[in-house]
Amino acid sequence: MNVEKQMRLLRQIQEMEFVAIELNLYLDTHPCDQDGLNDYNCAIEKLDKLMSEYTAEYGSLLAQGFHGCKKWLWIEQPWPWEM
Amino acid sequence: MWVYEKKLEHPVRVTCPDVKFAKLVITQYGGPDGELSASLRYLNQRYSMPTNNAKAVLTDIGTEEMAHMEMIAALVYKLTEGASPAEYEAAGWAGQWVQHDHGLFWTDANGIPWSAKYIACLGDPITDLVEDMAAEQKARTTYEHLIAATDDPLVKGTLRFLWEREVVHFQRFGETLNSVQEWMGKAKHVWEGGAMEK
Repeated sequence: MNVEKQMRLLRQIQEMEFVAIELNLYLDTHPCDQDGLNDYNCAIEKLDKLMSEYTAEYGSLLAQGFHGCKKWLWIEQPWPWEM
Repeated sequence: MWVYEKKLEHPVRVTCPDVKFAKLVITQYGGPDGELSASLRYLNQRYSMPTNNAKAVLTDIGTEEMAHMEMIAALVYKLTEGASPAEYEAAGWAGQWVQHDHGLFWTDANGIPWSAKYIACLGDPITDLVEDMAAEQKARTTYEHLIAATDDPLVKGTLRFLWEREVVHFQRFGETLNSVQEWMGKAKHVWEGGAMEK
């Protein structure tokens, strides 16, 4: 397993997820802002793609996601505090 | 990190508001054996667990406990929905209304606010897992007392779901304890590195 590649992809997910979180909070108080909504939808689309790529290669970041067919890979290291 | 799902783990329904019972069930929100205590206890103990299985179980059960805290909050919300100050007073919960109106607060059934003193983390996986198993039993017993204290079949249904989860969590913690004990029996390095050698 290429750990460096995994960490790079994880970093991209963290960045795009942060964009989504920021827009999420902004839209909570500006629900009719069309530009904000477009940016949010764009961020979510990119985030979904990155997440699919990550899941296919390393298993899901969510407990209720794909974690292998032969063995439950969810419990495998590294856990977030070990990275 | 955590992601919020805009739904409850299991439906929460009440036949009609019942402030008197809200005053009792609030202990599963902010009491010693409540869901806040459970969630924080498990999520905090993850960092000193030696096996992947233990880290996963504490993460996942700690996360489910957050969902249970939300269910108890929804239950208290519905049990007090539309209640007047006079109804709070009649239920012996006037102090709650004076201090919090219809807002929720982390207390036990006697109004004692939540405290970190309710939870422990000794950093020893055996000690901490045994505490977790005891916590699940204490929560199970409390749910049994609460189920006996209400006549509302819908409320009983919600509480029975939560009661059953305590039983499952106890089972999973027991299995985790066994696997950690096995790991400690095999791992030479566990007690090395200083005065703690046994």
